[in-house]
Amino acid sequence: MRQIAIYGKGGIGKSTTTQNTVAALVEMGRRVMVVGCDPKADSTRLLLGGLNQKTVLDTLRDEGEDIDLADVLKNGYGNTRCVESGGPEPGVGCAGRGIITSINLLESLNAYEGMDYIFYDVLGDVVCGGFAMPIREGKAREIYIVASGEMMALYAANNISKGVERYAKTGGVRLGGIICNSRNVDNELELLTAFAEELGTQLIHFVPRDNMVQRAEINRKTVIAYEPEHAQADEYRTLAGNIDSNEMFVIPKPMTQERLEELLMKHGVLG
Amino acid sequence: MGLREQDIDSILDVYPAKVKRNRKKHILLRDTALETQEIEANARTIPGIISNRGCAFAGCKGVVLGPLKDFVHIVHGPIGCAYYTWGTRRNKARIEDPKQYFLNYCFSTDMQESDIVFGGEKKLAGMIDEVVETFHPNAIAVTATCPVGLIGDDIQAVAREAEKRHGVPVMAFNCEGYRGVSQSAGHHIANNGLMEHVIGRGDLEEPPTRFAVNMLGEYNIGGDSWEIERVLRDIGYEVIAVMTGGGSFETLKNAHVANLNLVQCHRSINYIADMLEKKYGTPWLKINFIGINNTIQSLRNMAVYFGDAKLQERTEEVIAREMSRVEPVLEQYRKICQGKTAFCFVGGSRGHNYQGIFAELGVETILAGYEFAHRDDYEGRAIIPQIKINADNQNIPELTVEPDKKRFRMKVSPEKMAELQEKIPLCEYKGMIVEMQSSSLIVDDLNHFETEAFIERLKPDIFCSGIKDKYVAHKMGVPSKQLHSYDYSGPYYGFKGAVKFAQDITMGFVSPTWNYITPPWKNKPLLKGDVQKEEVQNVGLYTKRT
Repeated sequence: MRQIAIYGKGGIGKSTTTQNTVAALVEMGRRVMVVGCDPKADSTRLLLGGLNQKTVLDTLRDEGEDIDLADVLKNGYGNTRCVESGGPEPGVGCAGRGIITSINLLESLNAYEGMDYIFYDVLGDVVCGGFAMPIREGKAREIYIVASGEMMALYAANNISKGVERYAKTGGVRLGGIICNSRNVDNELELLTAFAEELGTQLIHFVPRDNMVQRAEINRKTVIAYEPEHAQADEYRTLAGNIDSNEMFVIPKPMTQERLEELLMKHGVLG
Repeated sequence: MGLREQDIDSILDVYPAKVKRNRKKHILLRDTALETQEIEANARTIPGIISNRGCAFAGCKGVVLGPLKDFVHIVHGPIGCAYYTWGTRRNKARIEDPKQYFLNYCFSTDMQESDIVFGGEKKLAGMIDEVVETFHPNAIAVTATCPVGLIGDDIQAVAREAEKRHGVPVMAFNCEGYRGVSQSAGHHIANNGLMEHVIGRGDLEEPPTRFAVNMLGEYNIGGDSWEIERVLRDIGYEVIAVMTGGGSFETLKNAHVANLNLVQCHRSINYIADMLEKKYGTPWLKINFIGINNTIQSLRNMAVYFGDAKLQERTEEVIAREMSRVEPVLEQYRKICQGKTAFCFVGGSRGHNYQGIFAELGVETILAGYEFAHRDDYEGRAIIPQIKINADNQNIPELTVEPDKKRFRMKVSPEKMAELQEKIPLCEYKGMIVEMQSSSLIVDDLNHFETEAFIERLKPDIFCSGIKDKYVAHKMGVPSKQLHSYDYSGPYYGFKGAVKFAQDITMGFVSPTWNYITPPWKNKPLLKGDVQKEEVQNVGLYTKRT
């Protein structure tokens, strides 16, 4: 069983990329489970065809400790197993602790049994220990970071690599690659390739920008479910194939702020 | 007898250089030839060193607020903080109104994992509603434990809303344990809250008699306050409020009418004393009701303050009567105590306040110190302007008070104040150091290692501290007396208390227990045998004895 966590700057397209990739993996006959680790609970919307999932934490709050797996787990596109960890409303409580609680609960319920893949879709930056939970204690073994050619996205990716590096030393977590979710920035491919190389990893796939993704999203579907023949669907199939056959797992070498800016100057819009 | 600087140096040599430098600033060898001596205090304890300190929550809820009997004290947090600050401090209280006495209850929101994740405000609000409905208390205090600050529950807003909803005073204290280097931070938070929400809330405009006083920093451990109140009432004083031993919302709300505030524990209550002077014009007098001489001196100083001939006369009458009762009894204990030595390491004021009674009994205090006091408790209030603000002591906001437009009455004129200050410690505290003998030792935030090292070197006859280090001394064969909780005994204050104290420490000295400290096998053999014959055999290269 491969356990994968997807990180990246907020709004970069983690959930969309994850769900499209998962749909492609399902097509290939893989059994996949997606665990949404975002209080907004919108990581499984495209697989489930809407936001109709009761979260683990809501269930815990309403039903108490005595929970059945069936209460929090829903089957989505191609029999993917979908779970949303959930969390408090914005501005109250502790969302980080919520993630720890729900992942522990899923484990105690043996939710991962019989799966080929577990995907953790984690909110934005690693702001506190709770959001690092999926990469601690040997939960996720591989990390993919979604980025684009924009500076703040790369800055966040570099920061996340620092977290991965920390936990790589104490546990078995490794960086599997950078996924570029293109923003149509000039020289984006060169920049991302150079960035990945500098981190000691690879650009596992360059996903071009296409409005088909947004059209499918409005219809609460992945591109693969909505327009299986579309070229964008093939991009996700390639990404899924690359992940499936990936053998390059490294401890990243995060760079200094100065080095990151040098890279941007050399390969980015000004390059 | 006594240590020299180089002895202290050699004791501290086990520390790494940086730690040693730090600890040396907290240890002082008293030299009466010097006009001033400096000591470092109220600084964070070095990580890894075990000392006696508590946390800000312990100081706020456990010490200052906890004794108020008609409050329901809701501890917002997981259950441990509530349970272990409930009924452990021996602060006694009389039940005046059985419907307004809640010290026998323990209230906590008992936060669970889901309260941490989703926030605990709703649970807290629900609990306040339930408390009001079930108990109708005079007031409710909500105290915060560590996780509340981490997840950012707005307990101030919850309290404000609840007060509006029910018309019952509800006040919240952000005394998360980590908010200071010791419990001292919690005292300050509690002082600010009582000043803001309780004192002055009553309707009383004038005191019932001219000789109306408040007792501040008196927690009625083992009934201390009752003994003092007995004597004060006998002389003709009216005690408006005690802060906070046996105290209540009902009495504290009218504390503004008193004509004098008596300060027993300077550290834990000096903020209120100071603010009462600024807001209502009521001066405070540093008194000490521990020991006969200190009690008598304090009573006479009070009489000087009020300057009333009849009161002075009655003061002397009561003193004479009490003395005739206790003096003969004390004499017999003195015979046993004479020439003994003591360590006195307590709190933020008792480390100083107990030295007088030891001296009266013929016991010399050879080491004294405080757990959580500040420099002014050692060096006197004159040092306050020189205390540097740093990361360790700046995190509790100072409450600024203005003279109350309606109720401010200058109780003594500036001229009279100056005249009185010549005679009595009015609005003044000179601290511990000045009263200590040359070559005695003063140690701030004494720790486990130093406790053992100093006991080994100085071999005191009695060790007076708290529950955490009590048994360390016992195992070293030294009697120990807890001066926080009195080991189930007390009261120790005032005339009767002095006798009780003398009796208790004498019992420690003469207990036959100490004869059994050395186990029998240290002095005499447990097995007996005879050597009958020694044979020597040659076995190869070795010589074997059988």
